[in-house]
Amino acid sequence: MEIKELTISLIREGLIKKEFSTVELTKSFLERIDKEDKEISSYLFVLPELAILQAKKVDEMIFEKKELPILAGVPCAIKDNMMIKGEKCTAASKILENYSAPYSATVVEKLEKEGAIFLGKTNLDEFAMGSSTENSAFKITKNPHDKTRVPGGSSGGSAAAVAADLAVFSLGSDTGGSIRLPASFCGVAGLKPTYGAVSRYGLIAFASSLDQIGPFAKTVEDIETVFKVISGKDPMDSTSVPFQYNQSKINIKGMKIGVPKEYFVEGMEKEVEEAVKSAIKKYEDMGAEIKEISLPNTKYALPAYYIISPSEASANLARFDGIRYGFSAENADSLLDVYLKSKGEGFGPEVRRRIMIGTYALSSGYYDAYYLKAQKVRTLVKEDFKKAFEKVDVLMTPASPTLPFKIGEKADDPLSMYLSDIYTVSVNLAGLPAIVLPVGESNGLPIGLQIIGKPFEENIILQTAKIYG
Amino acid sequence: MIDKKEVQHIASLARLNLKEEELEKYQKELSSILEYVETLEQVDVEGVEPTSHPGGLDSVFRIDEVKNREESLSKKLIDLAPNKEKGYLKVKSILKKSK
Repeated sequence: MEIKELTISLIREGLIKKEFSTVELTKSFLERIDKEDKEISSYLFVLPELAILQAKKVDEMIFEKKELPILAGVPCAIKDNMMIKGEKCTAASKILENYSAPYSATVVEKLEKEGAIFLGKTNLDEFAMGSSTENSAFKITKNPHDKTRVPGGSSGGSAAAVAADLAVFSLGSDTGGSIRLPASFCGVAGLKPTYGAVSRYGLIAFASSLDQIGPFAKTVEDIETVFKVISGKDPMDSTSVPFQYNQSKINIKGMKIGVPKEYFVEGMEKEVEEAVKSAIKKYEDMGAEIKEISLPNTKYALPAYYIISPSEASANLARFDGIRYGFSAENADSLLDVYLKSKGEGFGPEVRRRIMIGTYALSSGYYDAYYLKAQKVRTLVKEDFKKAFEKVDVLMTPASPTLPFKIGEKADDPLSMYLSDIYTVSVNLAGLPAIVLPVGESNGLPIGLQIIGKPFEENIILQTAKIYG
Repeated sequence: MIDKKEVQHIASLARLNLKEEELEKYQKELSSILEYVETLEQVDVEGVEPTSHPGGLDSVFRIDEVKNREESLSKKLIDLAPNKEKGYLKVKSILKKSK
């Protein structure tokens, strides 16, 4: 069995037929990571002891002929902003370099209960702030399709690990496109669920009204299986809602697909536009009705996002004060000095930049002009989608205006980096589900299609994505 | 363009210690970002309610009760603190000692 071809269902079949054991499978993944990840740097650190221990448990279940849980023996990777009890959790920040997780995230517990194997923790932009994974305090992840280019961000490590066959699936988090942009850049599928569908307990918070956890995988079927496992109400996250995923059938004939005209404008690379349009054409050929629609406030979504998300981040990250956990400056001589030096030295440049933008937008005299205004624009963005969904079943758009860019290309220009999120942030502002799947390439660089659905209609967008072949 | 004094003010509100050269760098970067987000001035939001949460949830209530978590958890949480003594977190003095 080739590691490259493995999916969740093939692993299950292989284990039941005793073609390989879980320990053998896990070891071959760990060996592969050891060899291949030197060049890609998708993992911040691997967890060989934990993985082998988990694998042995699954092998025991097989030996005892117990019924196997859904993800039994499936090797996966977790973005290093979600906690696995007893293991390090750094958020790719110096401020949490030596932090050991006191408990597990709910998603981690759910995966573990279903028998998944944790190979390691993947790289990200520090505190998930970025679009290229270059903002990690520890290493730069390379795009497996071209190692001079970025994998996208902030969940770049999780996307690259799946793309390079260093995990069967992985978890990422998405605040403004952090699952969908890397999925597009790395040529894998990635799902950003509806706000509230998945518990964020144990996820290091970035912007709480936007953050969602979701899976990466090579097939939409695997995305569906993992989403089914991780979704649902959690008493430990009061924003999670009672939600049960049920597969549904769709009929592509007569299905209405909306294409927002504001998403096909100047600034988009020609190859991306062509690939996305030809993917939409395929749906039309299968019998779907394609309708051009308008989301008039699209161009205001990104500026609103870059007020709302840093504002929430500045509040969320206030907790890293050098007192309760994480890095604490040693040369401080008063309490205020501890705060100033711990934050000043512990946070990287992008995190400090966003904390300052957020602090400014929330500060006295500016709150109404920035934060409150952005929240009102958020209402308009949300209403645009609501109106569009009165006419169509799903929306199809590009995931990124460009192909994966070169490492370093946008590193010195924060604003040009922010513009990478132009097609993804609206979905977070409106709390909608969206999946990105690979639909083409240009000179070996992947291009992704984004399918956006109504709230809690993951089943519709997943089935729509499955049909694409 | 915001001035350096303003950058220093924001940094101190955020409790971030910045070096002189960083002040200059952030002055440029914050100005260009703020200029960009100011495109929101073009939007008419007369009569529009703000959205703070996409699902429209208001406050979520739960019963305030002690839950049984594993006993070692509180110790683990305290152990994560950089400075502690006898199960308490230790901080630098807030008031200056009189001499």
